[in-house]
Amino acid sequence: MAPDPTADEPDDLSLLRRARGGDFVAFEALVGRLQGRVYGVARRIVGQSQDAEDVVQQTFLSVIEHLDTFRGDSAVATRVLRIATNFALKVLRKRRGLPTVPLDGAETFANVPHPDYIAQWRETPDQLLERAELREQLDLAISELDDKHRVVFVLRDIEGLSTRETAEAVGISEANVKVRLLRARLHLRERLTREFGDDATRLIPDHSHATGGTP
Amino acid sequence: MTCEDLLAALNEVIDDASALDLYHEFAEHLTGCHPCQLVVDNIRKTIRLFRDGTPYPMPAAFEDRFRDALKAKWKAKFPDAVV
Repeated sequence: MAPDPTADEPDDLSLLRRARGGDFVAFEALVGRLQGRVYGVARRIVGQSQDAEDVVQQTFLSVIEHLDTFRGDSAVATRVLRIATNFALKVLRKRRGLPTVPLDGAETFANVPHPDYIAQWRETPDQLLERAELREQLDLAISELDDKHRVVFVLRDIEGLSTRETAEAVGISEANVKVRLLRARLHLRERLTREFGDDATRLIPDHSHATGGTP
Repeated sequence: MTCEDLLAALNEVIDDASALDLYHEFAEHLTGCHPCQLVVDNIRKTIRLFRDGTPYPMPAAFEDRFRDALKAKWKAKFPDAVV
């Protein structure tokens, strides 16, 4: 078996502990590991490069400011993404001239939009990932989501945070994370299936049928 | 179980690999419902594209400004530090 090239590298928490003692090299290494994810989260939430840069800078300046409060109670990356999310949400609030973005209202599963365009995709994800224009198509699709749904989708499905971590980052309940995630997934599915679906395989949904004896 | 019931439970079906084993009614419905099979498949592919798509590169022009800001902040917090 090939040796793991990262086996001898310190983990994020080790770097953070060294940084807390004033080791800038360790801090820079930590920043190097996390800045891409932070920029990605910021870029997807705020949608603009300039604002995303501000979020990245504010995030890591805040990490320096609060180095002493970082503990090992949650993954360093998760904690940093949480800070970045807060700054990104502030950008959205400022942009709209609102004291708060209405991100905390409870949602229910009632009236979740039903899938309409249901079809097999013409190409596999691997084939689509090779296409140069995919980035633009994905950017457009995700930009159409409500802010409150987009934030949850970015943290849960792109960054892989747990439901609890996402709830803490956004400041909403876990139940609300689940509803918003479902709405985001259904919207994006509909959008991308209309783009990538094979019309010849389209199925008309029959919401009335049941299986397993449930009426 | 109806398509409506499955819709409400879609997150579990997508996120939890064992959901179909644990909840036989999900599996039973999916086996007999081609539209729901496709919706689940479409969502899995949608997530895959977003997760595995090319990451946003941080603009090179921003890197220098960013490093300078970090160093200035670091010097303010650790005046004796070598940066």
